[in-house]
Amino acid sequence: MADAERSVSSTQAGVWTRKDLIGIEDLSREEIELILDTAPQFVAVSQRESGIKKVPLLQGRLVVNWFHEPSTRTRTSFELAAKRLSADTLGINASTSSFVKGETLHDTLANIEAMHADVIVLRHGCAGAPHILAASHASHIVNAGDGRHEHPTQALLDVFTMREHIRQKRQDPAASLDGIRVSIVGDIQHSRVARSNIWALNKLGAEVTLCGPPTLVPVEVERMGVTVTSRLEEALTGADVVYALRIQLERQAKGLFPSLREYIRLFRIDPLSLRHAPAHALIMHPGPINRDLELAAEVADGLRSVILEQVSNGVAIRMAVMHLLVNHGRA
Amino acid sequence: MNTHDTGAGRNVVMDATAIQEALSRMAREIAEANPDAHSLALLGILSRGRPLAERVAGILRELTGVTPPVGSLATTLYRDDFRAGVGRAKPRGTTHFDFNVDGRTVLLVDDVLAAGRTIRAAMDEVMDYGRPQRIQLACLVDRGGRELPIRADYLGTSVSARSGYWVSVRLQEMDGEDIVLLQRRGAAEGTEGA
Repeated sequence: MADAERSVSSTQAGVWTRKDLIGIEDLSREEIELILDTAPQFVAVSQRESGIKKVPLLQGRLVVNWFHEPSTRTRTSFELAAKRLSADTLGINASTSSFVKGETLHDTLANIEAMHADVIVLRHGCAGAPHILAASHASHIVNAGDGRHEHPTQALLDVFTMREHIRQKRQDPAASLDGIRVSIVGDIQHSRVARSNIWALNKLGAEVTLCGPPTLVPVEVERMGVTVTSRLEEALTGADVVYALRIQLERQAKGLFPSLREYIRLFRIDPLSLRHAPAHALIMHPGPINRDLELAAEVADGLRSVILEQVSNGVAIRMAVMHLLVNHGRA
Repeated sequence: MNTHDTGAGRNVVMDATAIQEALSRMAREIAEANPDAHSLALLGILSRGRPLAERVAGILRELTGVTPPVGSLATTLYRDDFRAGVGRAKPRGTTHFDFNVDGRTVLLVDDVLAAGRTIRAAMDEVMDYGRPQRIQLACLVDRGGRELPIRADYLGTSVSARSGYWVSVRLQEMDGEDIVLLQRRGAAEGTEGA
């Protein structure tokens, strides 16, 4: 029995078999660590001082960036990642293209596949859209954010950034996130970034604290194995990483907290509130930042901030993901 | 080269002394072929090419008074043999070196030369960093089975490995002993080049 279980396991250390990347929830710790271990060589490609900043791993392949929601950062990052893997890239922006004139998602994807796309990077407002398409289509699907569900590559680049810093600080190239305390502050309710990060951090052994106005923290989120508080001081005390989420101003018309001024007073990450955090705490943010709303400008630009490293690491993580899916995943 | 059986299907191709002698002879050949010691740079192919490159660089220093720079080459990103769901996806390490390859003589160092595909990948990788004056190859063991027109400029020894056998190089720095074995597949430890 144990042998049979072992032989069907898709999560043997060091072996990748998945065709698609849909969410962190599906991944084992070993799979997450394999992606993280694959990324440093791609960081090195982007950092080459002389010569060619690309490698031929996806030469002759077509990567289609299919975005149903506005995005600059994620889309640019995927596009750059594909180019540094020597793939051809094509962007389909659903809001401005005639591709989707009442067509179903399946039909649109079938049309993209008819152009022999190998990888489809999909951002969609509906949770589950990438999952549905992945199950019925042959191309490799990468979820670039689906509704409030998941944004797996964001979480991967975040935990990669944390791990690299911990390894540097401890001078231990094998250090893990076990026991690291991460506090995520802000609008948890609407955040697929938070959801994917909670899954990833939990699986990697970190301790997660969520902090925000009660209206922006989903009920029963403690079931995911996290601590919840609405007191910022409590969240920052002892935190190794302070992760500020973007206040989604476009959703605030619903009046989920009384006023921005009150939010700033109670939840903003600024030099005053950071007095509660240890001096070594890293400051992270998925971008784009509302300067001086959820994060004070001087903190965003300060010495503890690793926000731009997150952006650089994002390209490497997306290269790692596309390489693993195309070159190691089962078709 | 003759091998002797130590039982359990283990044949010793080279012991510690033979490895040491081979590296010394190879270093002398390298020094002779490259009179401008300052133009030389060594790239060890990960994993076991790296410690071998360090050793060769050490012997070259004794011979010429010049220590050539040593770096690591992963070659993973230039492989041609990815297959779905098969084999290790985990990389052996990351390419790293601090010198500019332009105009230099780059000496690739690896433990086992077999199909030659790793060396093809290594040459492509080096070329992406610049334009070396020339690229040379040093290998500890040539086990035959070439699939590309590649040969070593400096060679420790050759062994003709029958199918079902596997050349295993074990080095002090990584494995705690210096030995080259010919083993039946499945019993192998260490690595074999491709």
